[in-house]
Amino acid sequence: MDKTDKGIQRRAREDRYQGHDYYLIDELLTEEHRLAREAVRDWVKQEVSPIIEDYFEQGKCPTHLFEGLAAIGAFGPSLPTEYGGGGMDEIAYGVIMQELERGDSGVRSMASVQGSLVMYPIFKFGTEAQRRKYLPKLGAGELIGCFGLTEPDYGSNPGGMVSRLHDDGDAYVLNGAKMWITNSPVADVAVVWAKDDEGKIRGVIVERDWAGVSAPEIKGKLSLRASITGELIFEDVRVPKKNVLEVQGLRGPLSCLSKARYGIAWGAIGAALDCYDSALRYALERIQFDKPIAAFQLTQKKLAEMITEITKAQLLAWRLGSLANEGRATPAQISMAKRNNVYIALQVAREARQIHGGMGITNEYPVMRHMMNLETVITYEGTHDIHLLITGHDVTGINAFR
Amino acid sequence: MKLLVCISKTPDTEAKIQLTPDGKQLDTSGMKYIMNPYDEWYALVRALELVEAQGGSVTVINVGPSSNDQIIRKALAIGAHEAVRIDAEPTSAWFVAHQIAAFAKNENYDLIFCGKETIDYNGSEVPAMLAELLDLPFVAWASKLDMEGNTATLHRDIEGGVEIVKVATPFVVSAAKGMAEQRIPNMRGIMMAKRKPLKVVEPVAVDDPVSVVQYALPPKKKGVKLIEPEHIDELVRLLHEEAKVI
Ligand SMILES: Cc1cc2nc3c(=O)[nH]c(=O)nc-3n(C[C@H](O)[C@H](O)[C@H](O)COP(=O)(O)OP(=O)(O)OC[C@H]3O[C@@H](n4cnc5c(N)ncnc54)[C@H](O)[C@@H]3O)c2cc1C
Repeated sequence: MDKTDKGIQRRAREDRYQGHDYYLIDELLTEEHRLAREAVRDWVKQEVSPIIEDYFEQGKCPTHLFEGLAAIGAFGPSLPTEYGGGGMDEIAYGVIMQELERGDSGVRSMASVQGSLVMYPIFKFGTEAQRRKYLPKLGAGELIGCFGLTEPDYGSNPGGMVSRLHDDGDAYVLNGAKMWITNSPVADVAVVWAKDDEGKIRGVIVERDWAGVSAPEIKGKLSLRASITGELIFEDVRVPKKNVLEVQGLRGPLSCLSKARYGIAWGAIGAALDCYDSALRYALERIQFDKPIAAFQLTQKKLAEMITEITKAQLLAWRLGSLANEGRATPAQISMAKRNNVYIALQVAREARQIHGGMGITNEYPVMRHMMNLETVITYEGTHDIHLLITGHDVTGINAFR
Repeated sequence: MKLLVCISKTPDTEAKIQLTPDGKQLDTSGMKYIMNPYDEWYALVRALELVEAQGGSVTVINVGPSSNDQIIRKALAIGAHEAVRIDAEPTSAWFVAHQIAAFAKNENYDLIFCGKETIDYNGSEVPAMLAELLDLPFVAWASKLDMEGNTATLHRDIEGGVEIVKVATPFVVSAAKGMAEQRIPNMRGIMMAKRKPLKVVEPVAVDDPVSVVQYALPPKKKGVKLIEPEHIDELVRLLHEEAKVI
């Protein structure tokens, strides 16, 4: 059954994507990782590729994909099965994100937010009652979640947030505004971070239909156009104390961000691979001066640099995944992989766009869409520069943030 | 119902086909493999649907080396209950059919599914040979299969129409496009597949009367020449002088 919106065209053009594995990193993966990757790749070819250019162009979120993402198991794959997850390891989670982002960063974001920024904090910091109430439904896609950290005046510096939780007996009263919140206009629940009366950052689970909650959409994005972004506005929202997460301080939101950044470190490789794959095929097929443009040294330089950077990013992600499986990946290591892999993905997208010439300007090819998407990916979950400061802090011991 | 689905491995549809220098074998270095789509999308999925509706179990069987476990696990992840691998190089249709028949003959399957052909050698031979060796009825290239009691009604797409046949179980069927729709395994299925039984069976001795003498690649396609509609005489000239067809 075709559940796409009216006015959305399904494309006839076949998605001919093939993975690229220059250093035989596949041999480092298990059967389960490879199966997961093939499954998500097939799903993306079937469900995402035929519609994504149109949704992107019209700036609409393909919300019907939430159901399919849940069915395939893309929400919280590394969380335990009894809490709606997939019981898989961190590398499996990584390859799933990679294949989703190979399709579109916005679609990957739909899954990242649900799994890493909503399910993960409820699993990690939630009471047993909260876990039982929310996680199975989030895992099954019956509830959609969002994550409210960023505020209009506090982006890179979330510790400065001004949203407030005021203690009022059996409930907290929440006031404040969150900005740039992925999924918020379509979400049923939000994990929201705000300061209590003592100025400590606390996390709460807020339901969309409670009095005083609104989530207007942010329009006019030129990137991540197939992902819906909004505000979250709270006016005297009564949050029952049973909806407070058991964590205090910036550690709460930052541990969620580490989880999501880890997924982005893998995801960005997907976008890069799609650009490279398209560029390589185009370069071999496009004839100029009686030769395929792949025969020119300047094109080869681009392709050679692209696959080299992709291979390095793949190795970084794989090693990070192995560390994460052992519970040893540090936030700083995750930060480095997020920064590097998104950065190279953006470079690859720009070079790939050049190889496609004029065709690279149209949505006949996925490259410009990836390139525009990656401008968000290099900004959210910590900007490129903030991640440089994290590494800088880690290696010098000197905090240069303020 | 006790169902058997024969699955085989084929090169990925995007794989570059190259031969060994002596032309006697496919050059498999760096080759990526998939489960034969007719086996996966139609035979296996229809078998699962029947069992979901009426109860029973689906066993998948493959003749091949341990590197084939990847596609066998995929079949288990899609939903098959157990798997059997006959540990031998599948050298010919004759060899494969004999191996599967030797395994299946004491198992009393109600129905044995194959794909209509593999997309590499396109032989279409195993299903018919298997039916013959087991002395079972055979329906080739079925695009629809419905069961009522122990009678199956099958559609076969034939030139310009459909042939509808009825057959009582047990029988062998080879599945064509239309019999079912591809199922993508989900993460839960992939995790469950790890715990499902995969039995490895030693092959039986088979004298193979067939051997491959030589493979050859088809001639390279020549480039396409585009001619503007207003230059019909140029088209005629090319057809006459270059293509030499008129
Ligand atoms: C499409 C989209 C979806 C998003 N989804 C979510 C979401 O779901 N939930 C959520 O909470 N947030 C979300 N965000 C917000 C995102 O995380 C922030 O945009 C990001 O953290 C940057 O904050 P800012 O936009 O306020 O920029 P600023 O913090 O104002 O940064 C502006 C520039 O200043 C630089 N800068 C800032 N501080 C320093 C410093 N100390 N030293 C050097 N340079 C500095 C930055 O690197 C950047 O280049 C999303 C953003 C986008 C665009």
